[in-house]
Amino acid sequence: MIFHPAIMALLVGSLLVTLMLLYSSYYGVQVIRKWDIKSGSELQLCLERRTYLVSIIMSYMLFFQLASFYLFIFTADAIHATFVSAMCAAGSLNVNEYGYPAVIIKMVNFLFAGTWLIINYADNRAYDYPLIKKKYLLLLVITPLMVAEFIVQGAYFIGLKANVITSCCGSLFSTDAEGIASEIAALPRLPMKIAFYLSTALTLASGMYFCLRSDWSGYVFSFLSIATFVVSVAAMISFISLYFYELPTHHCPFCILQKDYGFIGYLLYIALFGGAVSGLGTGALMPFRKIQSLSQIVPSIQRRLAFTALILYFLFTVVVTYRMIFSDFILEGY
Amino acid sequence: MIELSDIRKVFNSGKPNEFVAIDGITLSVERDKVLVLKGPSGSGKTTLLSVIGCMARPTSGRITLSGKEITSLPERFLTEIRRKSFGFVFQQFNLIKGITAMENVILPAYPTGEGFSVLKKRALSLLELFDLSERAFSKVEWLSGGEAQRVSIARALVNDPSVIIADEPTAHLDTKLSKDFMEIIGKLKVRRKTIIIASHDPIVYESAAVDRVLEMRDGRILSRATRQ
Amino acid sequence: MSRFNKQRNILDFTLSSLLRRRTKNSALVIVYTLIVFSLASVLFFTQAIKKEACIVLQNSPEIIVQRIVAGRHDLLPADYIDTIRAIRGVQSAKGRLWGYYFEPAAGANYTLMVSEEPGVEVGRIVIGQGVSRTIHANRADIVPFRRYDGSYTSFEVSDILSSESELVSSDLVLISESDFREMMGIRGEYVTDAAVYAKNKRELFMIADKIKRILPDTRPITKDEILRTYEAIFDWRGGILLVILSGAVIAFVILAWDKASGLSSDERREIGILKGIGWETSDVIAMKFWEGAVISLSSFSLGIILAYIHVFFASSALFEPALKGWSVLYPEFRLVPHMDPLQIATLFFLTVVPYTVSTIVPSWRAATIDPDTVMRL
Ligand SMILES: Nc1ncnc2c1ncn2[C@@H]1O[C@H](COP(=O)(O)OP(=O)(O)O)[C@@H](O)[C@H]1O
Ligand SMILES: [Mg+2]
Repeated sequence: MIFHPAIMALLVGSLLVTLMLLYSSYYGVQVIRKWDIKSGSELQLCLERRTYLVSIIMSYMLFFQLASFYLFIFTADAIHATFVSAMCAAGSLNVNEYGYPAVIIKMVNFLFAGTWLIINYADNRAYDYPLIKKKYLLLLVITPLMVAEFIVQGAYFIGLKANVITSCCGSLFSTDAEGIASEIAALPRLPMKIAFYLSTALTLASGMYFCLRSDWSGYVFSFLSIATFVVSVAAMISFISLYFYELPTHHCPFCILQKDYGFIGYLLYIALFGGAVSGLGTGALMPFRKIQSLSQIVPSIQRRLAFTALILYFLFTVVVTYRMIFSDFILEGY
Repeated sequence: MIELSDIRKVFNSGKPNEFVAIDGITLSVERDKVLVLKGPSGSGKTTLLSVIGCMARPTSGRITLSGKEITSLPERFLTEIRRKSFGFVFQQFNLIKGITAMENVILPAYPTGEGFSVLKKRALSLLELFDLSERAFSKVEWLSGGEAQRVSIARALVNDPSVIIADEPTAHLDTKLSKDFMEIIGKLKVRRKTIIIASHDPIVYESAAVDRVLEMRDGRILSRATRQ
Repeated sequence: MSRFNKQRNILDFTLSSLLRRRTKNSALVIVYTLIVFSLASVLFFTQAIKKEACIVLQNSPEIIVQRIVAGRHDLLPADYIDTIRAIRGVQSAKGRLWGYYFEPAAGANYTLMVSEEPGVEVGRIVIGQGVSRTIHANRADIVPFRRYDGSYTSFEVSDILSSESELVSSDLVLISESDFREMMGIRGEYVTDAAVYAKNKRELFMIADKIKRILPDTRPITKDEILRTYEAIFDWRGGILLVILSGAVIAFVILAWDKASGLSSDERREIGILKGIGWETSDVIAMKFWEGAVISLSSFSLGIILAYIHVFFASSALFEPALKGWSVLYPEFRLVPHMDPLQIATLFFLTVVPYTVSTIVPSWRAATIDPDTVMRL
């Protein structure tokens, strides 16, 4: 265990949020079992009031997940100097087997919290709260994930020992090392570029189609936007990073968050995360369009979400493409 | 306008101190009329007003407002209806101390999201209507009882509701001020507001402006004495 | 637009209520600011010292070779240096002479060091600022020193080290080689340790490994290793101090919880009125959110600004007693002002997040007062 202040901050924050979610889940179970909107009983009034509390907690959680994602990466970067030959966050995360799983579970929890809030937003606009039980079932899925995040993140930090020899990002993401990350880095670049632009183009097209027609194409759009999210992260490691760092072997997806690159990474990741949440939310609302009390509400929310996703993915692509065209760096063999 | 059918309100239901405050009331409130609920203290007038005014949900029974069923709406939607359709005048005036009369008047309109300057203009014209123009920017603790009540009436009107609900409005006023109050009620009636007042003050229920008086006891309505 | 207006209206009202309850809130803001201030001071201080130490270490040799006898650091035979120099990839290897000297009169420890750059003439010394302050020695003063055999000798101060990076040079006394050997009784064939430089930095690890094999009674330490250790130690120190301060944070959180849940009857009445006249639960929650945000934002930024001034412009005056305990010669240093987003984020997570969590349930409880209570006020 390394006793870095930022590590304590992350652990404290994560513990608090996990506890709040466990607390919400307790009421979630009660809502699922006892909710009856028709009743004027005191229990029902009490449950109704609790739903406000759960909404507040989830809103804070979403904010917390985003902040803690960045803090986590920053911390990993700050402690790299304690590990031999770890040159940035990517190396620190590779010190033990929990580093990357912690990053992934943080992203997943962010997407889930965002989706929950979107469903909650729609539900709160329908006078009979038609999604209430589904919403609280989803909460019961998110809570264990948050507990898992707390455990995995804790295991990562506890497992850190200074001076452990690790691969630095130079070798971790260089094409001859092993592991998922390096497999991504080793993906042939030309097909990767094609995949990136193709999935983005399809997402944008299906999104525009959905905005105009507002029909079942929402499912296609939602699926494509998640696919684009995954492909974009892979593309980030495979070739986008190279254009930003202007180094042929530096594939690290995190250094781009540093000041050296004008914090452009924040813009890129916020665009990606925002796009993914909006896209996922559009799909998550699809099954509820036919519910009578939601039929007026959901389509307009979906249109706004799809539009947001379009803008954000477009922004991401424009920034990346601009950089690819105007950077002095030329990738050999694409 | 407002239809209540078989409304019951039970407090502490299931516990030893269970109390039935309203016991099966069926009632229809007519549009643009003045209705007075009279009856001894503890007879359930206030509880009935809060159920009518969407402040509390009945334990059972149905309420419709302009033909729309609102009984099982969650608080979120009840509040919106209350804000749009009802204005309240309370026994204790219930103004917020430390801020000006004008700010008190526009408070109910904050959640509507209208701009501050629009609201301010509206509040000032309401205050003018009640001869309170000079008092608009004084803190409410400096107002006299009659002025405070007129501020609270202005506040009840700021969202332009169709129904005004007043609970014991004259309890803290002397005879002259009570009569002034009923005069204002008369004016509001002319402006096509539906008015429901709970009071056991004769100045109120004997006033010429009142269309209908209902007497309550033990959570039920006793007589149906309608006056013109 | 109307959503924006709504939040603006609510924020306006929140600000005016906060001002109306100035006394109650100012107590909270003061304690909050104090907590942020102490955590931020610790964080700024340890991180700045770490930075300083790392800067100083940049000048240290790539590899230091020490001799270990019976598990303890001992003098290094000078002929080892030739052996090291013969290793392939070694650019240069030099013996170093340095040690500690305890001055009973001042109760202070000096670091005595033979310096080639700048060279010191025989019979003279160059001293650090801390030494100069403790014994009130200035240029051209004569300073007495005790030899290893108990007899006395004295040197003339030829210069005082400049104050940049005082942290390390403060207790330094630079001396010529012959004076050092004569004073400490170290014979010519020994040195304290050796400084080794490599032709190619990539081979450092390999060279260290070779030294260890050819001269098994030595311990080669690479600069990276020292840097890493420093890094770990300073982070650890900062962490431990924060753990100690966590008691204060917990006390603060309890205070915040208590303040938030112990609504005054005035406030309860006010929220009751708001709900009665048409504010929705989430409007009151928004009001409570703004309240927390205003309090947090002002305390957080105030605390950080004060800590910044304290650490970087007031020489950490409040820590001085603690630091003085380390060494009498503890430098009166000015740390280089430095603040980074990681520190701010860390502080945010350690103060604002717990505060916010502690107020969630109380504000929710306040916001869910029955609207019909207004009828019975
Ligand atoms: N929240 C509550 N819990 C329990 N009893 C209540 C509550 N509110 C009102 N009551 C009871 O309901 C009865 C009717 O009260 P109320 O409607 O205020 O009558 P009125 O306004 O005619 O005086 C009273 O006996 C009162 O004690
Ligand atoms: Mg009453």
